Amino acid sequence: MSQYINPSDLTTILPAIVLTVWACALLVADLFIPHERKGWTAVLAALGLVVSLDITLIQAGGTSTGFKGMVTLDGFSTFLNALLLVSGLFGVALAYGYVRRMGLERGEYYTLLLFSVVGMMLMVQASDLIVVFIALELLSIPLYVLAALNVRQIESEEAGLKYFLLGSFSTGFLVYGIALIFGATGSTSYSGIVTAASAGTSSLLLTIGAALLLVGFGFKVAAVPFHMWTPDVYQGAPTSVTAFMSSGAKIAGFAALLRVFALAFPTLTADLTPILAALAALTMIGGNLIAVSQTNIKRLLAYSSIAHAGYILMAFVPYGNPQVMPVSVAAGLFYLVAYAVTNFGAWGVVIALEKQGGKGLEISDYAGLFWKNRPLALAMTVFMLSLIGFPPTIGMVGKFYLFRAVIDGGFVWLAIVGVVTSLISAYYYLRVVVNMFMQEGEPQTGSEFWVNFTWGLTALMTIIISFVPQPLFAWASSAVLRLF
Amino acid sequence: METHGFAFLAPWLVFAPVVGLLINIIFGGWFMKQPWGERAIGAIAATASGAAFVVSALLAYTVFAGHGELARWTLGQWIYIGDLKLDWTFRLDSLSTTMMLVVSGVGTLIHIYAIGYMHEDVRFKNDIPRYQRFFVFLNLFIAAMMILVSGDSYMMLFVGWEGVGLCSFLLIGFWYDMDTLGRSSWANSNAAKKAFIANRVGDFGFLIAGFLMFWRLGSFQFDQVFAAAPTLAASDHTTIILITLFMLIGVAGKSAQIPLYVWLPDAMAGPTPVSALIHAATMVTAGVYLVTRSAPLYTLVPEAQYIVAMTGAVTALFAATIAVGQYDIKKVLAYSTISQLGFMVAAVGMGAYVAGMFHLITHAFFKALLFLSAGSIILGLERGHHHLAHGHGHGDHHEEVFDPGDMRNMGGLRKTMPVTFWLYMIGTLALAGIVPFAGFWSKDEILLDANLHYTGVYWILTIAAFLTAFYMGRQIWMVFFGEARHEAAAHAEESPAVMTVPLMVLAVLSVLGGALNLPFEGFHNLTHWLGHTLGEVEVMPLNWVVAGASTALALTAIFLSWWIYGRNPLKAGQPDPLKKPLGLAFTGMENKWFVDEGYWFVIVDRYVDISRFLADKVDWEFWHDWFHEKVIAGTYNWLSNIALNEVADQKGIDAFANFLGKATQWLSGTTRKFQNGFVRSYALSVFLGVVIILGYLLLK
Repeated sequence: MSQYINPSDLTTILPAIVLTVWACALLVADLFIPHERKGWTAVLAALGLVVSLDITLIQAGGTSTGFKGMVTLDGFSTFLNALLLVSGLFGVALAYGYVRRMGLERGEYYTLLLFSVVGMMLMVQASDLIVVFIALELLSIPLYVLAALNVRQIESEEAGLKYFLLGSFSTGFLVYGIALIFGATGSTSYSGIVTAASAGTSSLLLTIGAALLLVGFGFKVAAVPFHMWTPDVYQGAPTSVTAFMSSGAKIAGFAALLRVFALAFPTLTADLTPILAALAALTMIGGNLIAVSQTNIKRLLAYSSIAHAGYILMAFVPYGNPQVMPVSVAAGLFYLVAYAVTNFGAWGVVIALEKQGGKGLEISDYAGLFWKNRPLALAMTVFMLSLIGFPPTIGMVGKFYLFRAVIDGGFVWLAIVGVVTSLISAYYYLRVVVNMFMQEGEPQTGSEFWVNFTWGLTALMTIIISFVPQPLFAWASSAVLRLF
Repeated sequence: METHGFAFLAPWLVFAPVVGLLINIIFGGWFMKQPWGERAIGAIAATASGAAFVVSALLAYTVFAGHGELARWTLGQWIYIGDLKLDWTFRLDSLSTTMMLVVSGVGTLIHIYAIGYMHEDVRFKNDIPRYQRFFVFLNLFIAAMMILVSGDSYMMLFVGWEGVGLCSFLLIGFWYDMDTLGRSSWANSNAAKKAFIANRVGDFGFLIAGFLMFWRLGSFQFDQVFAAAPTLAASDHTTIILITLFMLIGVAGKSAQIPLYVWLPDAMAGPTPVSALIHAATMVTAGVYLVTRSAPLYTLVPEAQYIVAMTGAVTALFAATIAVGQYDIKKVLAYSTISQLGFMVAAVGMGAYVAGMFHLITHAFFKALLFLSAGSIILGLERGHHHLAHGHGHGDHHEEVFDPGDMRNMGGLRKTMPVTFWLYMIGTLALAGIVPFAGFWSKDEILLDANLHYTGVYWILTIAAFLTAFYMGRQIWMVFFGEARHEAAAHAEESPAVMTVPLMVLAVLSVLGGALNLPFEGFHNLTHWLGHTLGEVEVMPLNWVVAGASTALALTAIFLSWWIYGRNPLKAGQPDPLKKPLGLAFTGMENKWFVDEGYWFVIVDRYVDISRFLADKVDWEFWHDWFHEKVIAGTYNWLSNIALNEVADQKGIDAFANFLGKATQWLSGTTRKFQNGFVRSYALSVFLGVVIILGYLLLK
């Protein structure tokens, strides 16, 4: 037995293992929780996330590999796993009252969410393409189910099915890419690939495999032109699911993308960098342009999430330049945090206004919100400003770091695209603000403690971190440095 | 580190008032709905300020126990960009802890006083909910002021500097929708804006000084700047002069010196506790503190020192002359404050830093006392006026505009407000510089120094001191003696204990404050204490000639004021008895030497003219009417006539335009077709993406 698994293998992915066991136990425990007390399941799920987060933070600073180099524990994984677990907590907080209000309260919700988080965490820690593939499936399948959770609503079912079909389609490309890479290098581990590639076997096969991998990840992070599922799925899925999915899946996708490209494909820079740059530019332009004409807040935020995938992709463009790469990836990680914080807040506000049967989701439903519920409207304003990248918000700091890194990497034109599209984005984000402050209306807002807590806390973070970004950026930088 | 005793408490200088204001922001609305709400809000704010005082005292003790050793406490990193490394560090030395004690001590007393004052003020102004806001701002001010005095670098000081400026703006404009008489107007707002803009000019100077400092000295941190300065002064004297003089512009803005003093009289639009706390005792002394803190820079450049001293001296005299001609009780005190700030600036300009700080401290006591007493008088008159209005009943509801701050409406208040009268007397004697009140000792020390080193400054300040005693005497006779010149004054009522007790504390300080630094052997306490920070300062023995002369002049001035105003008390409607003998000069004093009008004429009106010119002439007539309409549109029309009708093929252009429109429609139609909800189209998009990427890789 010990020649296959030894204790250090297990400690390398201990947070994920704990969470897996916890999720299984939760599934059983849920059977004994009476229907009218399903809130307990949420509390237990949150507890599991906290325990896992605790272990993650205790392990901070350590580095190890496990399972014959298939998974890695390092500063990078600590940083992103912590972010993912906090996202999971926000996901539970947003769901707690929402699922009851919408009549979706079922124990599986939280179990699925935990499994998905496990998948995301493994994706972050993977250092072998096979693990990437398994992790990707583990994170995706619960999300497909969650998206379709509101079975009585046809849109929700449609969202789940669409997400599933298109997800499978794009995963096909990913697997095919893995196969080609294996064919070219005879290995699926990052170290094996890079050894083979630098030994001179860098072939077209490898490049094409890498490009197909990019397609698979591009689908997960909703990059143009692999983004078309996003608005439909985000709109149809229960909002609490959307909130979690839009942050968590994106973080995991970018993490895997980064690790693969930085560790396995540094030799392919010349071929892949133009593609990355083009994807980033297309995504920024496409996401922001289409968002302009949206009238539904969920679709608006969906396109906004596409656009932000473009900004984060920018951080990866100079990945082959060893001088710029650490700073630019640190900027990318910082932006992931900025996006996650702001995004959860914005979705929290959406949840606070949503009514049964998909009502209360038009932007016109936000008219006059400021005069009805000032804290809520002010928080939403903060989130919109942060998404535009307007000071003093974390979004502005994030964009600043990003643009600087990209310019340092020599992609001035890309930074210009970023700035111009940010300018365009101000148009549709500010429309929400204008509605809240300057239009007449009678919006009705719910008041659920954990929802209020989420948007309140994220609004504060959005502003406070913008004044003291240095510790977070320093942490992100050190996380990147330990990657190598 | 054990000698640093309580240094770890330093952040609570700032956090204590911040906690207070947060509580009042979050729960204040709910408090205001309770019967005990106002008292709770006031008590919380006062406690927060009191806590800052306790912390200040502990910190001062720490410095004292460490024999004046400089202590620092770093809270965290602040700005780290390139070579610029700034922490949020609290600097604890004898100078900063002295300022902390003054700010939080006087601040706490004023908080307590304001509990009573604002209770009535919001009722006279008919807006009770605003009570909460007042104490939030007041606590915010204490926090900002603490940042200012405790910062360890010019940038941290600047954060506090801007913070107090903001609070000053907010509090001057506290009754932003009315004028000082409570009528609906934007007068108070305009006063707030004036203060803000004048300070902005000053801050510009401060910033330039800061930039120069960083450029040439490479740091903002006090010790590093002072360490680098002598070397630079040896090679590049001009830069140090520029730094110190630009800093003087900042000082002139914040401490209301010529030429930027104009905002301070208008700032009296704020509630009286604000005038006392911000515009007399603490914020306006920030400039004096800045120069004292920068002593190592100023000492290097005697030329700049001389300019600072002269600025202060001239301001002292100039403002004193205006104070003689004012009728508003708070305006007199405001010009008096400018004048006394002039004394302080002159002192620190001459290098007499201890004397300047000494006067700063005693002035904080007696000027706060005077302002708060003036507030008590104003409210007393309001009460009397209110009483009358109610006595008249409904039928006689006359809308007479009554100014409770106008000294011409007062008279005889000695009898109706006896407590306030005695308190005001003490403040007056201290300000006039009568032995043994606090003001005598501190002012005398400044005069003494001037007499030794700068004869010109000495004479100017002596005349100013004479005028000080005179206008204060005038005020006493007009306000408290003679007969009431208005019904409201006849029915004025004394203020409650919550207001008078803090005044009594300040009165005791105004009497005994001189003991801090008596000019006798063995009593130079403040000199030695501040010497830890400022280096060993010359100890001044008492000069009987200077002291005697200034006392004699002060007594003469008071006698003269009795001769003019006390002997034959002013009657209602009678013009000021000085008007006739002084003629035009008095008109000048009455109208503040027309400085405001001058500023309007020279700056504001010209600014508006330029704006008008840019808007009407340049933008509209030139740019729009001529360039756009004539040149661009005209040329375009001319060209299009030729191009469309005569030269080019009309159909060709039309076809192209139509093509553009069609193309846009087609593009939007196509994208809409893609986003059609069908999984197959979405998959197609993914597939096309793959094809394009692979195509690029294969074909490049």
